Amino acid sequence: MGRKLLFDKAHIEGIRYYDVYRANGGYGSAEKALKSMKPEEVLEEVKKSGLRGRGGAGFPTGMKWSFIAKPEGVPRYLVCNADESEPGTFKDRYLMEFIPHLLIEGLLISSYTLGCNSCYIYIRGEYAWIPDILEQAIAEAKKNGWLGKNIQGTGFDLEIYVQRGAGAYICGEETALIESLEGKRGNPRIKPPFPAVKGLWDCPTVVNNVETLAAVVPILRIGGDEYAKYGIGKSTGTKLISACGNINKPGVYEIEMNISVEEFIYSDEYCGGIANGKRLKACIPGGSSVPILPANLLLKTAKGEQRMMTYEGLADGGFATGTMLGSGGFIVLDEDQCIVRNTLTFARFYHHESCGQCSPCREGTGWMKRVLQNIENGKGKMSDIDLLWDIQRKIEGNTICPLGDAAAWPVAAAIRHFRDEFEWHVLHPEEATKRNFGLAHYADPLEIAAPAAV
Amino acid sequence: MFSEEKLNKVKEIIARYPAGKQKSALIPLLHLAQEEFGGWLSAETMDYVASLLQIKPIEVYEVATFYSMFNLKPVGKYVFEVCQTGPCMLLGSDNIIDYIKKKLDIGVGETTKDGLFTLKTAECLGACGYAPMMQLGKHFREHLTPEKVDAIIEECRVKAN
Amino acid sequence: MAEEKKLFKVKIDNISVEVEPGTSILNAARKIGGDIVPPAMCYYSKLQGSGGKCRTCLVKVSKGSEADPRPMPKLVASCRTNVMDGMEVANITSPEVQEARKGVVEFLLLNHPLDCPVCDQAGECHLQDLSYEHGADTTRYEFKRRTFDRIDIGDKIQLHMTRCILCYRCVFTADQMTEKREHGVLGRGEAAEIGTYIQQSLDNNFIGNVIDVCPVGALTDKTFRFKNRVWFLKPVDAHRDCHDPKCCGKTVLWMRGDEVFRVTARKDKYGEVEEWICDTCRFDKKEVKDWTIEGPRKIERQSVISQGHYVGVHKPKDTLVEVLDGRQPKLLLDIHTVSEVNRPEIDLSQIDGPAHSDDFNKK
Ligand SMILES: Cc1cc2nc3c(=O)[nH]c(=O)nc-3n(C[C@H](O)[C@H](O)[C@H](O)COP(=O)(O)O)c2cc1C
Ligand code: SF4
Ligand code: SF4
Ligand code: FES
Repeated sequence: MGRKLLFDKAHIEGIRYYDVYRANGGYGSAEKALKSMKPEEVLEEVKKSGLRGRGGAGFPTGMKWSFIAKPEGVPRYLVCNADESEPGTFKDRYLMEFIPHLLIEGLLISSYTLGCNSCYIYIRGEYAWIPDILEQAIAEAKKNGWLGKNIQGTGFDLEIYVQRGAGAYICGEETALIESLEGKRGNPRIKPPFPAVKGLWDCPTVVNNVETLAAVVPILRIGGDEYAKYGIGKSTGTKLISACGNINKPGVYEIEMNISVEEFIYSDEYCGGIANGKRLKACIPGGSSVPILPANLLLKTAKGEQRMMTYEGLADGGFATGTMLGSGGFIVLDEDQCIVRNTLTFARFYHHESCGQCSPCREGTGWMKRVLQNIENGKGKMSDIDLLWDIQRKIEGNTICPLGDAAAWPVAAAIRHFRDEFEWHVLHPEEATKRNFGLAHYADPLEIAAPAAV
Repeated sequence: MFSEEKLNKVKEIIARYPAGKQKSALIPLLHLAQEEFGGWLSAETMDYVASLLQIKPIEVYEVATFYSMFNLKPVGKYVFEVCQTGPCMLLGSDNIIDYIKKKLDIGVGETTKDGLFTLKTAECLGACGYAPMMQLGKHFREHLTPEKVDAIIEECRVKAN
Repeated sequence: MAEEKKLFKVKIDNISVEVEPGTSILNAARKIGGDIVPPAMCYYSKLQGSGGKCRTCLVKVSKGSEADPRPMPKLVASCRTNVMDGMEVANITSPEVQEARKGVVEFLLLNHPLDCPVCDQAGECHLQDLSYEHGADTTRYEFKRRTFDRIDIGDKIQLHMTRCILCYRCVFTADQMTEKREHGVLGRGEAAEIGTYIQQSLDNNFIGNVIDVCPVGALTDKTFRFKNRVWFLKPVDAHRDCHDPKCCGKTVLWMRGDEVFRVTARKDKYGEVEEWICDTCRFDKKEVKDWTIEGPRKIERQSVISQGHYVGVHKPKDTLVEVLDGRQPKLLLDIHTVSEVNRPEIDLSQIDGPAHSDDFNKK
């Protein structure tokens, strides 16, 4: 069994409620932080832990916190990003549904560290029942003196509010989230200024993912140094992976970042292998935005090494032969799945979710969707594949926010690794409506490039 | 117009934000209004929300048209929002959508003649591990099969009577 | 005496310039002038918060600053990126920038009707200029374009959303020039549009400025529509004693003979108004006697107005068939070949479909 830090108590009956949570050591970290540590000392522990943002970008959390501006007399805000809308990702939902107090405790410690007295949890509107769970937990915490005025007699005040979104993936982007929280359209802001300087209502603001903030609790419990001993290299600690697609056991798993992709997919502790005895064709390991990899490149890097479930391991080889850990939305495709169709659904998704502010994303996402629709429906031309490549290239890097990149990458990776499947669709339009391309050569062992001469 | 009770809720929501930042309450209030006034937002409803928050009506229209959860046209009593993005598609969401279409004899975006059901497609709702799925009101219905869909439709019909 | 401010040294396309800290790359380039100035479709120096959206002004920062010489990893919007001391920027000298800009222009034109021959803005449209300079020859877009009905917003302004490029300038103008904004951006993504949601007329003494800021022919002056093509009119500078304190009273009258066809604010070479004018001056003062004429106005920039006609301008490419959704492009891009067109009594807006030379030949 892999070691766990977040879900170690998740199986305990009633852990959702304050009494059980507290009886099992809950709020111990908060007590330690608020009563015996200065904010700078907590920050130091978080830095030492090597914790990296779990929302997708993997930015070191301690460093992010140290950037927050501290002008006199201006409030600072902590915003918890619970928008979780990246296809394939459903880990934050699980955490909030099952152990809401872990998040509340994390928010408390983080707010104390940053010097915030108000904190907002921005949760996607579709998770309509979760605000009730969170608000109940907040009320319990308040009743027991962990929120409100003069928390545990330390003189620190904190209020946590839950804000519901209303259906917009883009509001997961931190500046769009802030706009939305201000009651506006979710149009990402043009940076700089960064939220750490001018965020919510123009005040210094830190936006962090649910899992990131929850991870602060075990960091304080075991200490930053100890936390950094989990995982490999710069991928410290544990990570929640939401696994879905054609696997035997879809669900949310906490992994220590020291296992291989192969172990994650095939071991019974995690995904339990591909469903229905089929073979693995491809996988998108970090949510829909990250590049898709064929089975062979997924399990082994281009150098022929085991691919590991870490930030660095998944990114090994760059975009040419690697991918990203992203938000941990692990989507598995078996041999019966069609890459063109899968790519189309993602293109449709980004087209639907573009805010429409900047022209490459607003116009380009729809264009890609339509070209893919043609290919999928047997009306594609060979030149369409190059056209798609060119469109994605002209979106990538040229937009206001990374949604443009997120829309471009899946298309780019699908063409890069599965071009022959696209071509087959174009050449056999009739057949392509009846059957799929199948596994083809996508799981064949790769020739290992000879190590470059030194 | 909101009831006394809802107006208190409105006050409570506005109190979450610093003074003068009441516009932040817009999205929560639109949710509340949509629940209260028949599942959709008419121009009158939006103007009313604008007046509650003392903002310009256009600021409300701009926001209401941005977010996909706000209905700007009347919908059926029960709205089936079936997710069709990648992970759900891999596990057969298209078949579920087709099944509902046939069963209720409506297309996507349409409402049954009796005004009970509206079928919509949705993009990823964050339940990829429990696919295929749909949102029905406040809750998710997961691991859908034709039989489950039948049961859900039946359940709604019973509730409606 | 204020202490001397340290100026930042910047190099754009290898030309050095010194500017004050806080200056954007675009404005530094404008200080140099000439063809190294990136095109700007959404930025408007007089409108706070504008810019960053259209992405036509992308440039490459090949050296971040003296202190941190690393290049910036991505192209940046020059209108919203401030210079640093020692920064080096490549615009026309960077093939990467040219390529990206071509992409942006293609995206902007994707859903644009290219109905220039029947558009009021023809001749003073920034998108038209942009596509001549940076566009590709043909469209690669094979799908139906997005279309909208024209709507009147009030009796003085018409909105032709199909042409809009969502630069947000008109929204900022209404926010910053009037007390009550009534139009805005509705919908999301590709479906986003400028509108009022419920039928509403924009009604405020400064709202007419949205016509001047609109870079394309999406917002047009109904009191002028199609009475004439701009390049047949003679622009003259004029002023009057306007009582509205926010109005500068200094305008351009677009005249033919003794008739005033249209009144606009005065624009600089980047197409930005020099000072705002009120709606009374714009819509209601159409008599020569209302004004003190200062003299002919020289229109800068490459726009066809300054050339009087289309000579020397590349004709729009052969995209028209697709663009017009199958309608035959019997219309005349080179309208100037049919001199009859210069007849104000023919109201092009009354003609069904694109105008044709026959429409003007009924002598
Ligand atoms: C289009 C887009 C969508 C995003 N969606 C989410 C999201 O749903 N949840 C999240 O935590 N971060 C999301 N992010 C990342 C956030 O912008 C931000 O980086 C993150 O909240 C920072 O938190 P972290 O440092 O704890 O990861 C998204 C980013 C982009 C560009
Ligand atoms: S990249 Fe897309 S989502 Fe991001 S600001 Fe531009 S249009 Fe909006
Ligand atoms: S109507 Fe004109 S000014 Fe307004 S957003 Fe569209 S293009 Fe810009
Ligand atoms: S002018 Fe800079 S992005 Fe539009």
